[in-house]
Amino acid sequence: MSRRWRIARANRLALLGAVLALLVIAAALGAPLISPFDPFEQSAVHRLDGPDALHLLGRDTFGRDVFARLLYAGRVSLLVGCGAVALGGTLGTLLGLVAGAVGGWVGRSLMRSVDVLMAFPSLLLGLAVLTVLGAGLDRLIVAIGLVLAPPFARLVHATTLSLAQRDFVEAARSLGAGRCRILVRHLLPNLLDEVIVLAGLLVATAIRIEASLSFVGLGVAPPAPTWGNMIRDGATVLLRAPWLSVAPGLAILLAVLACNLLADGARDILDPRH
Amino acid sequence: MLVRALGQRVLLAVPVLLSVVTAIFLVVRVLPGDPAQAALGDYASREAVEALRGRLGLDAPLPIQYLHFLGDLLHGDLGTSMISGTPVRDQIAYNLPFTLQLTLLALLIGVLLGLPLGVGMAVRHGRALDAIGRILSLLGVCVPAFYLGILLMLLFGVQLRWLPAIGGGSPDDPRAMASALILPALTLGLVMMASVARLSRAAMLSALGHDAVRTARAKGLPERVVIVVHVLRPALLPTVSLLGVWAVALIGDSVTTEVVFARPGLGKLLVGAMLQRDYTSLQSVMVVYTLFVVGINLLTDLAYVWIDPRVRVGGP
Repeated sequence: MSRRWRIARANRLALLGAVLALLVIAAALGAPLISPFDPFEQSAVHRLDGPDALHLLGRDTFGRDVFARLLYAGRVSLLVGCGAVALGGTLGTLLGLVAGAVGGWVGRSLMRSVDVLMAFPSLLLGLAVLTVLGAGLDRLIVAIGLVLAPPFARLVHATTLSLAQRDFVEAARSLGAGRCRILVRHLLPNLLDEVIVLAGLLVATAIRIEASLSFVGLGVAPPAPTWGNMIRDGATVLLRAPWLSVAPGLAILLAVLACNLLADGARDILDPRH
Repeated sequence: MLVRALGQRVLLAVPVLLSVVTAIFLVVRVLPGDPAQAALGDYASREAVEALRGRLGLDAPLPIQYLHFLGDLLHGDLGTSMISGTPVRDQIAYNLPFTLQLTLLALLIGVLLGLPLGVGMAVRHGRALDAIGRILSLLGVCVPAFYLGILLMLLFGVQLRWLPAIGGGSPDDPRAMASALILPALTLGLVMMASVARLSRAAMLSALGHDAVRTARAKGLPERVVIVVHVLRPALLPTVSLLGVWAVALIGDSVTTEVVFARPGLGKLLVGAMLQRDYTSLQSVMVVYTLFVVGINLLTDLAYVWIDPRVRVGGP
């Protein structure tokens, strides 16, 4: 562990990613402590007020405090990001393991479908799944989760196939371990490192997909704030109040950057070859 | 051998296309709620809904609907919009050129800026250009395209007033169309540039580490020749082979970019159809996108076969 910690400290970008991620998480979870304002309270008099000392980012089209909404929106974005990756990661890992273990005709056609799905832009896939599922936060998480499952499946499948050739699997088999036991006790733990790195990258993707869907009006519905629908809301008054769109966009950029830096750093730490 | 391998790829694309088109058909059919009811609203009379169902062919059994759907597609008949009543083919014919111009110009910008940047970063590894390029390309990979679009629009469209901020220009006025194209294409192009630069930098660095490069330097070749002959060529292959992946990503990002710039195009058509629950338009636009994606992947496959002789025999 101390060796990993030393590498982590040496990897300044990963450290920066960790700090940024902690910042974003703390801002989202501690929203009521950081801002005294209610993200839903409207005020017709203060519509589009500019930033001042009290309302750090001004007011939006309904006179709501933008800074408070930004903080609360982080909760939704993080929930969607982590929830979708947890769902997609579990589904994809299972799919990849099963396809790798079963092999043959079934495994090949499973992976062929994964290839076809991965050929499509994730945003379009998300749109298609949302058309079937309908609107709502839980459905959005499911839709993005389903979109993210194929990359996990492909990674796990490829790694399973290469791990299956290794001596320790042969050793386990010769000791009489069954197929299931080998999968769960010997293959899965060895896969986890790579799955975790991919998960970090895909949290960033999930946050971006959510923001894009909410931006075009097909994701999280108002009045619940998300960074995507805040930008959408601000875009209608871009000339008068550009900060309404610029601020939540910076939040997305920060969160995505944090995930990418962390994932890159994790790869360096977990895989000494890099 | 080459022709056979090429033909094989084309044949492989047919089942993919068919299965995706079938999936789209089923998706639209299993949607919650009746499309006819959705199109006419909650207060429509039962007779009106039934009449529309009949006109849309929704009262036929599913397999019959499916055969009609496929037959119409093969004839190039994409149905009639449930909201506006105009043929979907006309809507797509109007919007398609906007999306094509946007994505092609963006692809060009991405490659023409990204490749030299990546190569330059690798050659000046560890120096200022490399550091600045790495930060910029990292930001470019992270930023959502629609947000970059908003920033560019604020800077060039609103502050400096160099270019029109929104719209696509009228097809009768090529100058207006061209100036309206620049900002959206730059948005998508810069996002793509980041990926291209990162990959070509990594490929160049790995090629620089090869023994052949050390040998070439040892025998006294000028650095310029070493870079061009022994580094650039092997490094270009992975970059070129990923063009298809980037082009597909670009199509995804073009949807939000078209919405940002209020620009006509397939993406605006798609989002509009979803928001208005116009199922016939939705289904047809998705089919067109599928054609695009399958086509790009086919081209990429063909390019692989062309470039890399090892893929010609067997392969996946």
